[in-house]
Amino acid sequence: MSTAQTASKSAAAIDKARAEGRAALIGYLPAGYPDVEQTIAAGIALAENGADLIEIGIPYSDPVMDGQVIQAATTEALAKGFHVRQVFDVVAGITSKTDAAVLVMTYWNPVVRMGVDEFSRRLAEAGGAGLITPDLIPDEASEWFEASDKYGLDRVFLVAPSSTPERMKRTVEASRGFVYAVSIMGVTGARTSVSSAAKDVVAAAHHAGAERVCVGLGVSTAAQVREIGAYAEGVIVGTALVAAIRDGGVQAVADLTRELSTGLVREEA
Amino acid sequence: MVDAPSDAENNTAEAFLQGGSLKHAPGPYFGTYGGRWMPESLIAALDELEDTFEKAKADPDFVAQIADLNRNYSGRPSLLTEAKRFAEHAGGVRVFLKREDLNHTGSHKINNVIGQALLAKRMGKTRIIAETGAGQHGVASATAAALMGMECVVYMGAEDCRRQALNVARMELLGATVIPVTSGSQTLKDAINEALRDWVANVGNTHYLLGTAAGAHPFPAMVRYFHEVIGEEARAQILEQTGSLPDAVCACIGGGSNAIGIFHGFLDDPSVKIYGFEAGGDGVDTGRHAATITLGKPGVLHGARSYLMQDDDGQTIESHSISAGLDYPGVGPEHAYLADIGRVSYEPITDAEAMEAFRILCRTEGIIPAIESAHALAGAMKVGQRLAAEAGDASEKIIIVNLSGRGDKDVAQAAEWFDLLDKDSPEAEIGKEGEQL
Repeated sequence: MSTAQTASKSAAAIDKARAEGRAALIGYLPAGYPDVEQTIAAGIALAENGADLIEIGIPYSDPVMDGQVIQAATTEALAKGFHVRQVFDVVAGITSKTDAAVLVMTYWNPVVRMGVDEFSRRLAEAGGAGLITPDLIPDEASEWFEASDKYGLDRVFLVAPSSTPERMKRTVEASRGFVYAVSIMGVTGARTSVSSAAKDVVAAAHHAGAERVCVGLGVSTAAQVREIGAYAEGVIVGTALVAAIRDGGVQAVADLTRELSTGLVREEA
Repeated sequence: MVDAPSDAENNTAEAFLQGGSLKHAPGPYFGTYGGRWMPESLIAALDELEDTFEKAKADPDFVAQIADLNRNYSGRPSLLTEAKRFAEHAGGVRVFLKREDLNHTGSHKINNVIGQALLAKRMGKTRIIAETGAGQHGVASATAAALMGMECVVYMGAEDCRRQALNVARMELLGATVIPVTSGSQTLKDAINEALRDWVANVGNTHYLLGTAAGAHPFPAMVRYFHEVIGEEARAQILEQTGSLPDAVCACIGGGSNAIGIFHGFLDDPSVKIYGFEAGGDGVDTGRHAATITLGKPGVLHGARSYLMQDDDGQTIESHSISAGLDYPGVGPEHAYLADIGRVSYEPITDAEAMEAFRILCRTEGIIPAIESAHALAGAMKVGQRLAAEAGDASEKIIIVNLSGRGDKDVAQAAEWFDLLDKDSPEAEIGKEGEQL
């Protein structure tokens, strides 16, 4: 994982948490749900209540890696007229008010449509840290390598329980900022327990040379944050936060984030 | 890592004319199209599938197994029937129909499901999942699963389930579970999304039996391989019946599996013009169509880079066609490539043109075609008239049309279109619901 050539905002945020003897907390929210203003307000609430990094999702017509809660939210955002360019307003709205590293999570076609270079330029201009790309593997990412280097953006690729050692190594080497470890074979959605596969994926990523590995999919409670924070550099919560904003608005996001952050492990000195 | 070659490096119309071959393109890339735009979670499964497929192709036992099932289960080779009375509507050229409608389950789909189900067994998978639009691929998948003793789950848009209730019943009779998909636009593309979600979660014991020559590598090249028999048979049959190659080959194209299958036989014959007919819906200037190559732009969907119906934000646009089997906003990547290099001409056919060709074939040949295949027939009528205009003697010109499926499934919809039903009958209701989509 190369961090030397460009100052990685994501790496800096994770390292800051590490310096405090704990894992980083990463919260996901879909842009434009329930509207752009509330996404910004909720993002700020995330940062003010314990999230170190924020992941803003772009609503997309064909979200194959998402479960029902996130699908319902992004479908509603699209029905209300969300446009991809508004994600930059969300990113700028949060980065102008907080120190959190803000990444965009997006399926790849909206980036292709805008143009990889143009999308990257505007993301950097908005203060964004980089992209998490659930349906882009390094094998297909040559344009993204070029643009992310040009604009100093983090490339967060995913690794999974099914990743072979060769693919693990390759994906770790291609990533910058951190590596996103998928905890289970499945789509997004809260689960009562995080599978033991998560620990193995993180170990494999570390073994392949990753300095920062964050675990996502299925994490929804402080207890799960504590469990994963013991072996990973970061813990990603998505669906639970989307359900919170759906049911209780920005205040519910703030409350849940505070609750989740109690699970961040503080190492014994 | 295989780098995608640039368009410039692949100016293949030239390579083709200089003696290169367009047949058996192995993927993952077709020019700049194809590839694997997929979640990492599925890459290992795609690698396993590719490996199994490559080994199977080289295994005489596998090849013999396919040949045996094609012959003794599906009923291949399918006939090549000269349509003399229909030809009068195609400028008087000679028209031959490649009768995929006569295969078991009533369409070309059986070729692919038998091949993939055998591969699934080789991989030790016990469960097959599939997407379906009109129900043809779902029925074919359920058939193959029953034949080979595998569990089968079919994802079908809730809208499609309503308008194809009898096909849902057929799949259930064959032992499959049909899951109505209520996400997104509730049609074929959403059924694919849901099948992919299932596959991610169950990839250990499950094979995703994709029904068309689209998706991530190795699906486009693999699905084509199982359908190549259409083109190979057609080429041998036309030579036997007429002593010469055809002047043109016509097929309908949604994702493009029947088309790539028959095109394959003729790609390296420079004298043969090849045409793919997309669903023009209400007309390509109305916005209600599925003419992906004609009006789409390159993008990535369901694992491949190809032409795609999308808005300025890269969101997939819902397609519209009277034919559920063509109602898909993407297209297989090999077709995108063949369009770019000019080897195949892709043109839209409207619902009205397709239904007129449907009517004519019924009345002139006693064959009720699938509405999908009626798009190819309508295109052949146009191509025939063009060929006739440039020929001294039209009867020296030959067209092959891939009659990809039979129209039994479309009777309610056709009856509604031609106003054959009593207004208050339940059949009229079914037809109306079908036509609305």
